[in-house]
Amino acid sequence: MKPPLLEVRHLRKGFALPASARGLALPWRRPRPQVLAVDDVGFDIRRGEALGLVGESGSGKSTTASLVARLADADGGEILFDGDDIASVPARSAARAPWRARIQMVFQDPGDSLDPRANAFEAIAAPLRRLEALRGVELRRRVLRAAERAQLPQSLLGHFPHQLSGGQAARVGIARAIALAPALLILDEPTSALDVSIQVGILQLLDELRRESGMAYLFVSHDLQVVRLLCQRVLVMHRGRVVERGDTAQVLDHPAHPYTAALAAAVPAFVPRIDTAAPGARGGPANAPAPQPPPASPASFEGAAFPSR
Amino acid sequence: MSGVLLQVRDLSVRFRRRARSVVHALDGVCFDLAAGQTLALVGESGSGKSVTALALAGLLDPAAEVTAGSVRLNGTELIGASAKTLQAVRRGELALVFQNPRRALNPIRRIGRQIEDALQARRPRPARAARERAIELLAQVGIAEPAARWHAYPWELSGGMCQRVMIALALSGEPALLIADEPTTGLDVTTQAGVMDLIAAQARQRGMATLLITHDLALASGRCDRVAVMHAGHLVEDAPVGALFGAPAHPYARHLILSTPRLGLPLQALRAVPGEVPDLGRTDLPPCRYAERCERRLDAACERTPVLSAFAPGHRVACWNPL
Repeated sequence: MKPPLLEVRHLRKGFALPASARGLALPWRRPRPQVLAVDDVGFDIRRGEALGLVGESGSGKSTTASLVARLADADGGEILFDGDDIASVPARSAARAPWRARIQMVFQDPGDSLDPRANAFEAIAAPLRRLEALRGVELRRRVLRAAERAQLPQSLLGHFPHQLSGGQAARVGIARAIALAPALLILDEPTSALDVSIQVGILQLLDELRRESGMAYLFVSHDLQVVRLLCQRVLVMHRGRVVERGDTAQVLDHPAHPYTAALAAAVPAFVPRIDTAAPGARGGPANAPAPQPPPASPASFEGAAFPSR
Repeated sequence: MSGVLLQVRDLSVRFRRRARSVVHALDGVCFDLAAGQTLALVGESGSGKSVTALALAGLLDPAAEVTAGSVRLNGTELIGASAKTLQAVRRGELALVFQNPRRALNPIRRIGRQIEDALQARRPRPARAARERAIELLAQVGIAEPAARWHAYPWELSGGMCQRVMIALALSGEPALLIADEPTTGLDVTTQAGVMDLIAAQARQRGMATLLITHDLALASGRCDRVAVMHAGHLVEDAPVGALFGAPAHPYARHLILSTPRLGLPLQALRAVPGEVPDLGRTDLPPCRYAERCERRLDAACERTPVLSAFAPGHRVACWNPL
């Protein structure tokens, strides 16, 4: 059996506390107190697997993602990507590392993370130019292919970020990340800025891309519903530490740690009585998949992990 | 049941755009809200939810124009009211909480001071009384050590804390109506639950009505008495929460429900709402603005603008071919 694509061991990252949080202690008298944003975190991601990383703001999930993406330097620990120790390369020179093209990121707010002066074509072309030195016809071919895979209509490639809707901008961010055919995609809350009705389309796209290409995902989210839909396994982080891990359904339905239970209980229960096969559904293969497994009956979970309000 | 607090009739708003084009952002929106009741306004981005909120509060952009309609709050007509009257209303009966509280608060003023500013603007009082009241309000919205937090700047607080400060500001005028525009978008689920619990508790204690604007049907379903669905500037359905989620009448409402994740349904069983919200600046907008996305469209009937009419008791829909 092949080793996992990504192995993270004893990862640690501290930040110095700001002066206001330190109170009036004399800072030159003793070392600056630190908060450990990531404290002895370890996990594996197998090829083609989607691993969810959940927790509240401040739990260290985004810091973990940026350490793995090598946008920041860890204070300790190992990150093995396909057998290479990528943690030893300083973040400053990681942009030129040979594996840079194989680990890509999709950021939270596509409206904020895209360069407002670059149109969609340029946004998708930039990493191809920089990391694969593509030019001319070949560049154009690859950009069009990435846009097509992200289901971004060609007619939108000349549009600038402010001319794109939230869902379209999200597709540009995804096209840009998959243009390089990475083995690992790190997604930091990719749908949290989107409408629920648009979120579904983006999640389905991500799921399809993963199945087709065998990419692995590290999916950072505070939305447990979304993690349940997309990820096979999940890590729950709290104050820099992993407090629970395992199969997604198992962890979310039968949380062992009280923090996981609190997270699960805070998700608003949605129990509409209409089901997906009700009359009025449009025919056609794309729109008529039988729900499987069958939906849990409302009664079975109202009293359990998702109390109704 | 208590009387009608807010009465919105036939509200229509348009925006002027460059090149002489006009965006018909709201068209004939009608709804009522009773004292103490909670109404959710749901729909995709671009459906007119936030424009409705801003129109109610008289905070529309100068490029916007209310072309028709009436908004009565406690019997006072707000459309066409003077800036002074509107400001008095916003300082008293009507309060707003916006998305992204960190941007709504003044970043270089201590939060306690900002609450005092609001209190003093409404009714001048001695500095000590204002300070005491500000600390009391911070305590009321569940901020620990309110006297110490009085000195905090917004950037020193978490997003959830900032939203609590916003709510304290909103409550400082003892409003009869709270308009909360995506108050928890961008907050953690646990923080969201806390903020929504706080709004609900305050609404109960004060008999305050709440207009909750959200794109999250799961949130609306758990927190509201009634839900009004908007699409492209039209209010297409208005129903008690049980009726809407049990038997939606408008095809758009049904699609919104089917796109919302729920326990037990795999990703493949969810469906995004087909099509996109039409560009409201188009000159050839169809009379039913959902027609182009609709699989239940009837060729002849849908050539006329659907009228919001009774579908069942307390349940109205604007559709020529409801479910």
